[in-house]
Parts: sequence; structure tokens; C-alpha cells
Amino acid sequence: MSSEKALDTPNILDVSGLKKYFATPQGIVRAVDDISFTVHRGETLALVGESGSGKTTTGHVIMGLYPPDGGKIIYKGKYDLSTPVRSRPLEIRRDIQIVFQDPGTSLNPKRTVKDIVSLPLRIHHIADHGSIYEKVAELLDYVGLGPEYMFKYPHELGGGEKQLVALARALAPRPSFMILDESTSALDVSSQAKVLNTLLKIQRELSLTYLLITHDLGVVRNISSRVMIMYLGKIYEEAPTERFFSSPLHPYTQMLLSSIPTLSEEDEKVKPKGVESVGEIPSAVNPPSGCRFHTRCPFAKPICSQQEPPDVVVRDGHIVRCWLYE
Amino acid sequence: MSLRENSLLLEVENLYVRYRKYWYTLHVLNGVSMSLRRGERVGLIGESGSGKTTLLKSILRILPPNGEIVGGRINYNGREITSLSEKELSHIRRREIGMIFQDPMAALNPVFKVKDQLYDILRYKLGEEGSKSGNRVLRDRALELLSDVKLPDPERVLNSYPFQLSGGMRQRVMIAMALASANSLLLADEPTTNLDVTIQDQILKLIHKLVIEKNLGIILVSHALGMVNRMTDRVYVLYAGDVMEAANTSEIMNNPRHPYTQLLISSTPRLSSVGVGEGIKGKLPDYRFPTPGCRFAPRCPYAMQKCFAAKPGVTRLNNNHLVACYLYE
Amino acid sequence: MSGDQVSGIAFKDLERSIRRENWKRIWYRFKRSRLSIVGLSMVATLLLAAIFADFVAPYPHHAGLYIGFKDAYKPPSLEHLLGTDMYGRDVLSRVIFGLRYAFFLISIVLSLVVPTGVMLGLIAGYYRGTWVETVIIRLSDIFISLPPLVLALSIASILEPNVFNAMLAVSLMWWPWYVRLTHSMTVSLRNEPFVLAAELQGASVIHILLRELLPIELGTILTKVTLDAGWVILIGAAISFVGLGAQPPTPDLGTMVSEYSKYLPDYWWMTLGPASGIVLMILAFNLLGDGIRDVFAGE
Repeated sequence: MSSEKALDTPNILDVSGLKKYFATPQGIVRAVDDISFTVHRGETLALVGESGSGKTTTGHVIMGLYPPDGGKIIYKGKYDLSTPVRSRPLEIRRDIQIVFQDPGTSLNPKRTVKDIVSLPLRIHHIADHGSIYEKVAELLDYVGLGPEYMFKYPHELGGGEKQLVALARALAPRPSFMILDESTSALDVSSQAKVLNTLLKIQRELSLTYLLITHDLGVVRNISSRVMIMYLGKIYEEAPTERFFSSPLHPYTQMLLSSIPTLSEEDEKVKPKGVESVGEIPSAVNPPSGCRFHTRCPFAKPICSQQEPPDVVVRDGHIVRCWLYE
Repeated sequence: MSLRENSLLLEVENLYVRYRKYWYTLHVLNGVSMSLRRGERVGLIGESGSGKTTLLKSILRILPPNGEIVGGRINYNGREITSLSEKELSHIRRREIGMIFQDPMAALNPVFKVKDQLYDILRYKLGEEGSKSGNRVLRDRALELLSDVKLPDPERVLNSYPFQLSGGMRQRVMIAMALASANSLLLADEPTTNLDVTIQDQILKLIHKLVIEKNLGIILVSHALGMVNRMTDRVYVLYAGDVMEAANTSEIMNNPRHPYTQLLISSTPRLSSVGVGEGIKGKLPDYRFPTPGCRFAPRCPYAMQKCFAAKPGVTRLNNNHLVACYLYE
Repeated sequence: MSGDQVSGIAFKDLERSIRRENWKRIWYRFKRSRLSIVGLSMVATLLLAAIFADFVAPYPHHAGLYIGFKDAYKPPSLEHLLGTDMYGRDVLSRVIFGLRYAFFLISIVLSLVVPTGVMLGLIAGYYRGTWVETVIIRLSDIFISLPPLVLALSIASILEPNVFNAMLAVSLMWWPWYVRLTHSMTVSLRNEPFVLAAELQGASVIHILLRELLPIELGTILTKVTLDAGWVILIGAAISFVGLGAQPPTPDLGTMVSEYSKYLPDYWWMTLGPASGIVLMILAFNLLGDGIRDVFAGE
């Protein structure tokens, strides 16, 4: 929504006007429809949304799985990321890594942990044949797994361990920027805690920047520094984490927060009152006109269905896209 | 209101279940006991692999071929499940107990359209009138069920094959099917994992409504402790095939006594405070080698010598709160 | 196992012991079905007999050209377990040598067909949606659409009739099936996250095809290879039967059936020999194939 270019420390990522559409039998799906944001060095930016929000697609476009249909993505102030991953220079490919959601399918079932983790080491010539074992053991140690894990197959590991292996694999080429695509969504509470703790620890040690794509607001609350919320391809609110939870402004944000089942009284108090979840997410092929949320919004005004709301800067860093705050 | 309304619906007594794999045996459930009254909402929590799904499958007797019940009893409505014939079991599965699986494709047949599968269930439900009533009645009822679970365009979903639907839609179809066939008991194994939070919220409200309307008992298995907190009145904590703690939901969430429960609760990220829990160090024990002591001892921060020697008995703390831990004996 | 004690050597030992454990599991799965053990033993026995034919066969010199009319047309007896043929040659010995040709046929055909077919299938599946896939699949479609035996016979009849050309004919009709099989497996795996992860890491196409995709597909391919072995023998025998394969006096099983069947029904034992040889081979490989399939079925 706002793009800044600091002069001495370039942002890790500057995204402006990003668009990605998909052609489907039902029509054109506007998965990402003109979004702009920045990712600052060393931060953990959470990209939150439900299905159809476009958050996963955004991550995939940044990763280079497909080229965008519009807009620009500038990495570290100089590299253009609108090219597919295979045509990017090798240093960039090393520098940006991704950890996928499903641990069951992101590791090749027929390859051992050592084979899986050592692949980037061999491709980028970080380790040669003699030192592979040591290097892999080192990486496993980073994520809290003992060296005996090297010879295990994925099916011998639990979900949390598999994600840690995926994480070790992503760390192997020493990246600066990691996209965490729902990386803990498939894990139980204990494994999730371990993975999150590992992510926090290594972020400090290795000066990593994270783009956290998720729908789990509990996780967001606890490890991200800034939050952006997406709905049907557009960003509707952006704020530092603390503010996002203490004073959510956009009705969709409020609806989302009020739907979370909580564990305790304190948590229950954090939830906004007065906005209940209604309706379903409309089809992305024919999104509602104007503000895409107006069909479910309890505060919708006539203008909401006619024009897209502007960015309203409520406070430093807190931006909302809603006619209520104009 | 007769007393039968809150009669004991399900009673699991000292259940032992094992799986055979290659040349070894996995002892998954080691003497699990739990009970449920009609209309009662019970939660079952514990890490992945603790045996929760196995317990549910044992109740319906749908364990895979290499799994078997080797001890204990399961009483459903006063009858022992283990002694029922396939025909009686089939009746129970279709007309009385509904199950929501973790994987929607476990309940959906890929070669039949949704409408065929849904009509099948509805015919059984409507019983005698079912076979008399034409497709019209079935169709209306099916559409009603599908829109109850908030499926957009129920007509299209009805005429689709499972593979044509997204994961979230399949899950909702499965929930609709389970809700249709459940008359006395609903078993829900991670019913809303793939669903958006806002949809989940509405579906949980729906389940709640039906539970009250039909006076359904429900066993909810989930890692999402928040959901368990919202949807249940009582919780059993299962670890490696043993029940570690059992109490009213609010007690478990606010005053957990067993170290395992405490760790589980503290590992859950909160909205109100910042900081991630530590998680529980170590992993589940190897099911091949059952140990004489408490199964959680190797990972327990308070473990003592006697914890490894023999399993603790069950201590009854005040009102309904049971713990299996030497700290309280 | 603390970090300090870890060294390259210790790792290799651990790796070895874990690999042993994995093989143990595979063997366990295999021997669960008794029939597959039977199949394995049969194949092993037949193979050993073929390799050591010179020592196993009672009359090894009868294999090729030999004339001993005084012993001709003798029915099965203790000296000649399967009797003798019209030239006085011991049928059993000839059958044992015939096994040699059968195994020879299988090895040549399958080692030509499987690597090329699998490789083409992998490439076609990986480049799904491009012209590469289209070309490879259409090419294999052409061969598949012709009735197999007709194809094999046409090729064999154009070329000079001998063992090698028979093998060539069989290979040409067989390879598309491996392309098909591998192609369809590759297509379903190609977009899995782990393949994507490897591509994102910068792995070469060769690596992805051979080290990521092939290991997963190997089980199905191996099953097919084993079951195919029986069919290859049958087709090979059919080609020889019509005189387009090995020529007499070569002790090829199909050729023998062809020659000896002229003497039915009076000298029935002559045909029984090679025919049983064919049946045993097919049976053995089928049973073995079932066993191999069971090993990989759980995966």
C-alpha cells in the first residue's frame, strides 16, 4: 500500500502494483489484484488471509513459481523479481528460500534426510563430497535435530520433524529472505511451538527476514512484527502487530478476529465484539465491485459497492482501506 | 424430560488396541477408559500419534486390517460393540453414530457424485418413508444440508464428483453427511482443519445447534485447543495410549494439573500475551516397547524415580477432575 | 551421539547399518506371501539351470546338431526323462539349453527396452504440455496401436530370421508400454511440492528425473519388468514358432515346439518338453512379479 525507499538500507522487498491472474474454465481468477507493500530487513511480516485471499499466490510469485501479470517486485533495491525462478541469477536463488505447508509432500519419500538437505549444498557447491556429512549435521543441529536423523526417511519422522528438515534444507544455501508458506499449519501444538521457536532463534542468529503467510492469527500474534490482511486479492489493512490486535479497524479484520476460538478469558477479551462472521467468501472470478468485502460487511454504505476505498493512514504504519475511516 | 435423556451413551472400559506391522507389534492404546452421556460434549486432546484417532475408529470398529482390539470393552447404549454382528454395526454406523474424518476422502467415494452419496445416507435416515419418498424429497433435504454447512452453490456441489471440489468443500460435504447420519453420537476428528476461520466459526455454531436439537453426544478430537475449549464440556487428555487427565473443560484450560496438559496448554500461542511456548521436548515413545512406568516420564520435567517404575493410579481431585500422576497421589 | 564424537567414518557405519535394516524390511514384505518365495525359487532354479546348462543337462552335446537315430523317438524313461526327439536327441537337455535362450531373450529385450522407455517416459512426463511430450507420446502411440504380435511378426519377416532379429522385433513392440507407464506416473508426481522444492533449489533436470522421480516410480517399473519377462518369452516363442526366430537346430523353446508339434499326437513327449519349459518360465516370473508387487504395494 505504501512503498518507501530508504537510502542506506534498502528494503528486502518492494512490491508495487502486483497482479496475478489465472485463467480457469469458470473465468479469470484475479488472485492478486494490484497490491503494494514493502518488507523491511530483519522483520517478520505476516500476510494473513483466508482461502481465495491471494496470500499464497503472492508468496509464489515472489518465489518465482510464475511471473506476475503486472507490477514490480524489487529485491534488495536492485534485483527485479518479475522473472520466473529458473531465469534468475544463482545468487538470488540462493538468497530467497521457501518452506511449504505440507510436510508430507514437501520431502521426497524415497530420499533420506541427508539427501534432501544436501541437495542445495551440492548444487551451490557449498560443500564437497568429503564434508557433506559434517555440513548436514551442522544444519540439522541448527534446527534442533540430532545427526542420527540424517539417515532417516521422511515417513519415519513426525510432522514437526519433517518441517524442521524442510527448514534445514531451506537454510542450507544461507539465504537472507525466507517465505514461510503456512509452515506450521499442519502441525500439532507441540511441534508447532518447536518449529516457531526454532524460526525465532535462527532469525536472530542468521539475520533472516521472514514473510509469514498464514491464516493462524495466534501464530501471527506471537512471532510477527507487522501484519497485512488480504481479502480476495487486495490488502485491506496493514499495521504493526500490537496495534493490529489491540485496535483492528477494518470490519473484515474484526470479523476474522472475532471468529477465533480462544483458550482463555484474557484471549476472549482481546477479540472485538459486535462483528459476527457471516456469509462465505465470494467467487474470485467475479469479485464484488468496489470494496470486495461489502457483501458481508455489517457497516456497508452505498459508496462501498461503487468505488474502491482509498488508503487511509490512521497512524504511523497503520493503514486501512475502508470508507468508514475516510 | 425423562432420565433417559442423559443416560450413559458410550462407555469405554480399559481398552487395549494394537497394530501389527512387519514383524513387530505397536501397542497403541493401553487401557483407555472414558465415558459419555447423551447430549454431552467431550473433547479428546493430545499430540499427533497419541492414539486419539485409533480410539474413535475402535468405537465404530473401523480399524484397519492390521489393527485389533485386544482388551477391554466398549459399551454403546448398553450393548457391547465388540460383540455386535456386522449387520448391527452397519445399522449403527448409518443411523446412529456419525463420524467426521480428518481426511474428507476417507468418507467420500471418488466414483460417485455427491448427490448419490448423500441420498444414500438420507434414505437410510428417513427409514421407511425414505424408500417411499421420491427423489424430490431427498433432493430438497440434501440441498438443505449442504447450505447448512455454508456451501456456496449447493446445486453445483450436489452434482459434482468429489475431485471437482476443493478440499474445504469436500470437508464440508463430509460434515453434512456425518451430521445427517448422526442421531445419538457424533465423532469428530479434526473436523475443521482445512476450513477458513470464518467458515469454521459458522460450522461450529451449526454443530452446536444440532447437538442441542438432537441431544447428540459428541467426541471432538483436535489439536486446536481453542476449539475444544469452545465446543466441549469435558476433556480427556490422551498421551501415548493412556489417559493422563480428565476434567471439565474450563478446569483443564485454566487449571491443568498433569504436566503434559500444562505443557500442551502453554505451547498454544495466545492472542493476549506474546511469546511462544517451549513445546514439549522429546517425542512420543516407541510403541513397540511398552514400558511399565508412566508413558510421559521420559519427557516430563517433574519426573521422579517411581514414575519410571510403575504407572500411577488415577487420583480424583475435587469435582470430576481426574489425574494420573504421582505428583498428586 | 554428541557432536564431538561425530565423524565421517562413524556416519558411514550408521548409514550401512540402517540400509541393512531397510533391506530386511523389504525381504520381510516379500516373503509374507508364500507364492512369491516359490516364484523366486523357480526363477532362481531355472536361471541356474540355464547358466550351468553344460553341467546340469544329462546330454549337453544333444543341444545342437546331433544325430543318433538308434535312440530316436524314445518315450520318457529313466535315461531320457523327457524322451528323445526325431534325431535321437535328449529332449530334457535341449529344453535346459532352451532356457538359456529364453533368459538371453529376456535380458537383451528388457535391457534395451526398459532404460529407453523409462527415460523417454520421464522426459515426456516432465515436459508435460510441451511439444516434447507430444512427440514422444505420439511416437509411442503409433507403435502401441498396432497389434503386438502382428507388429513383431511383420518386423521379423522383413528381416532375416534369426535370434537377434526376433529380439529386435519384440523390443520394438514392447518399448512404448514403458513410456506410457513412466509418463503417467511422472505426470502425477511432477507438480508435487518436493519436485518443486528441488527445482527451486536449482537442481538440473537430469537430477530431478533420475534422483527425485525415478526412485519413486521404480517399484512399479520393476514389477512390470518382472511380469513382462514371462510375456517376452511367450512372444518370443510365438515368433520362433512361425519360423521367424531362431532356426533349427538351435534349441530355442518356441522353435522346438514348432518342430516337434508336427509329431503330435504320437510322439507327444517331444512337444511336452519345450512347452512345459515355456509354461514354467512364465509361471515363475508371474509369481515373482506378484511378490515384487506386494513389496511395493504398501508404498
